[in-house]
Amino acid sequence: MKNEELQIIINGLGENLEFTEEGSEYLTLTVSKEQLHAVCSKLKTEPDLKFDYAFCITGMDWGEELGVIYHLESTEFKHAIVVKVKTEDRENPTLDSVCDIWRTAEFHEMEIFDFFGIKFNNHPNLKRLFLTPDWVGWPLRKDYVDEANMIVK
Amino acid sequence: MGVEKKRYLSQLEAEGLKEVVPDSFPGKVIPAGNGGNIVVTTLDSVINWGRSNSLWPLYFGTSCCAIEMMQTGAPKHDFSRFGFEVARPSARQADLIIIAGTIVNKMGPVLRRLYDQMAEPKYVIAMGACAISGGPFYYNSYSVIKGADHVIPVDVYVPGCPPRPESLLEGMIMLQEKIKTENMKQKINPIDGFDEGNI
Repeated sequence: MKNEELQIIINGLGENLEFTEEGSEYLTLTVSKEQLHAVCSKLKTEPDLKFDYAFCITGMDWGEELGVIYHLESTEFKHAIVVKVKTEDRENPTLDSVCDIWRTAEFHEMEIFDFFGIKFNNHPNLKRLFLTPDWVGWPLRKDYVDEANMIVK
Repeated sequence: MGVEKKRYLSQLEAEGLKEVVPDSFPGKVIPAGNGGNIVVTTLDSVINWGRSNSLWPLYFGTSCCAIEMMQTGAPKHDFSRFGFEVARPSARQADLIIIAGTIVNKMGPVLRRLYDQMAEPKYVIAMGACAISGGPFYYNSYSVIKGADHVIPVDVYVPGCPPRPESLLEGMIMLQEKIKTENMKQKINPIDGFDEGNI
C-alpha cells in the first residue's frame, strides 16, 4: 500500500494526527502522548493496516523535547510507518507503554528508560538494562554531564 | 629515545659506544660477556628463545581491530610464522593477550579477570587507538575506559585505527625482542604495584 493510501486510512483513527514525509521512505505520523496508546492499538487491529511488528523503537532527545520513535511494519501487507511521540517534560517524562500491543517493546522501552529516563506507564519491569543499577543520570540526553569521563566543549 | 634494533647493548661497547645507565635505574646492570655469568645468561637466552617463539595469544577482540587481528592470523600475513601458532579461546592456556578494540567500563573487570587467570609470565599488546587511549571516536563518552593500561599493564602499544596487519606483526616481533632481553634473576612481574600506581 502506498503512503498516500495509508494516510487516508490512518487519518480516520484519531483527531489532530499530524503527517510529515520529511523526504523519507516511510510515512511519518506524529501523535500526542495522550493519544499514543489508543492510536497504536488501532494501528495493530485495523484490518486494512495490521501493523503487527514493531521493528525498531528509539528514544530521542531533540534538545527541548524528549520522545520516542516507533517503526512499525505489517508482516502481512509489507507496508511500514513511523510514529513519533514527544513530551516537553524533562523532569519527569512519562509516556504510555505499548508493550501490551507489541511484546518486543518491553526491552526497547527498558533501554529507552535506561538512557533517556523516559518512564512508561503500565510497563511490567521498568529498570536499568545496560547500565549498572546504581547509575545516576541519563547518559544519552543532550544535557548529560560527566566531568570525570567527558570533556566539556 | 628510539629503539636500537640493529645491535644489542653488549655490542655497543666494542664499537666504542658506552652504554649509559642513569642513576635512577631501579635494577642492577650485569655486563654481559665478562665470563662470570656465562651459564646464567646462556640458560636465559635458551629459555627466552623458546618462550618468545611460542607465544600463544588469547582471542580478545572487542571491536573492529579484531578483524585486523584475524587477518594477521590468516594465511596472507600468518603470525604463526613467528611462533604465535595457536590462538587460544581460554585465558588459562594463553600467555599473550592482544587487546583489539575499545574497552568499556563494563568490560574492564572482565579484562582484568582474564589477565589474572593467565599463567605467568604473561604479556599484553594494546592494539589500536581505542586500546591505547580510548580511541578517536569514543574517548568523549561516559562508558569508555581511556586506555587499557588503566586496567592492566601493557607491554607493547601498536598505534593505528585499526593498525594494518604489518603493524601488529611489528609489535608482536618487538614483544619477542623484549622477551629475549629478560633475565630470570631480575624478572619483575608487571602487575606488582600496578594498582597502587607504581608502574
